Amino acid sequence: MSMRLLRLFGSREATAPVARERLQILLAHERGLLGQSDLLVTLREEILAVVSKHIQLDPDKVIVKLERGKTVSTLEVDIEVPNNFDKSKAAIERRMAG
Amino acid sequence: MAKVLVVTSGKGGVGKTTSTAALGAALAQSGQNVVVVDFDVGLRNLDLVMGAERRVVFDLINVVQGVAKLPQALIRDKRLENLWLLPASQTRDKDALTDEGVGRVIAELRSRFDWILCDSPAGIERGATLAMRYADEAVIVTNPEVSSVRDSDRIIGMLDSKTVRAERGERVEKHILITRYDPARAARGEMLNIDDILEILATPLLGIIPESQDVLKASNVGTPVTLNNAESAPARAYIDASRRLMGEEVAMVVPAERKGFMDRLLGRRAA
Repeated sequence: MSMRLLRLFGSREATAPVARERLQILLAHERGLLGQSDLLVTLREEILAVVSKHIQLDPDKVIVKLERGKTVSTLEVDIEVPNNFDKSKAAIERRMAG
Repeated sequence: MAKVLVVTSGKGGVGKTTSTAALGAALAQSGQNVVVVDFDVGLRNLDLVMGAERRVVFDLINVVQGVAKLPQALIRDKRLENLWLLPASQTRDKDALTDEGVGRVIAELRSRFDWILCDSPAGIERGATLAMRYADEAVIVTNPEVSSVRDSDRIIGMLDSKTVRAERGERVEKHILITRYDPARAARGEMLNIDDILEILATPLLGIIPESQDVLKASNVGTPVTLNNAESAPARAYIDASRRLMGEEVAMVVPAERKGFMDRLLGRRAA
């Protein structure tokens, strides 16, 4: 009843501030995602180029993932290396890893 | 120097075609040589809004594919001799447009006109990306409503990355045109605030077009609203916006409610 009375006198709840807030949160997220996908594509290409100098790789077996956490984010690089790859190149690879 | 301006939005039904016709006519009314180009292949409507639907012989795709020469496809407006229309094809699909072909047509239009207004289709696919591809400036038509603002944000991102200017490291000059603005709803706090929209989109304002019966009346008779009733509120807002495009400083008018005492008492919405 009191709500109806309030409505009658025109003090309806403004919904515009809710719209603004929802948009701000959503767009911050979407812009991040779009920016991120570009970053990931670049990272993937460059990592692939560097590793391919030493090991023959199947480009489809290179997976780069970025997970956003609250305080830190993790970059996960998953490269599948074939077992018959060049031994000398493997040595270089080990030295680099060490 | 010729300017290529894309009228775009992402979302459909926000007023791209109406705004292209109205801005094109307003620019022509102030003496500029203007062509409005319909990129909505398969769903053309600019011809209808301009009142030229029965005069279409050749279209953009015919010119892109070399079937017709540009002058054969250009339709001169019946009311303004310096306003022209290049219609889209109604029967072909958007894949008939090629980047290279559109580039050639735009280059030829640049040598003939002061303003080339490209009416983009809705969406973010080929038709929309080609409409913005060669743009120097962009008018992003936005309704004060969440889904429209979200789509505008997406389109702004594309203007900053997928255009020829962006690829050259240059900027496409962007403007927000708010359409279907309802002062009564704004007063009740039911509609997104204009300042909030501009802040969210981080893009300057070109004009605010009020929701109005005059827009519908103008499209009914196939006349851009600035020609049909130049004194109406939306026409004045479009004319002001066109002057801003030409670099003039024009004070921004926020459409206000015009209601009588009884309307106010009964909470009636403005027409």
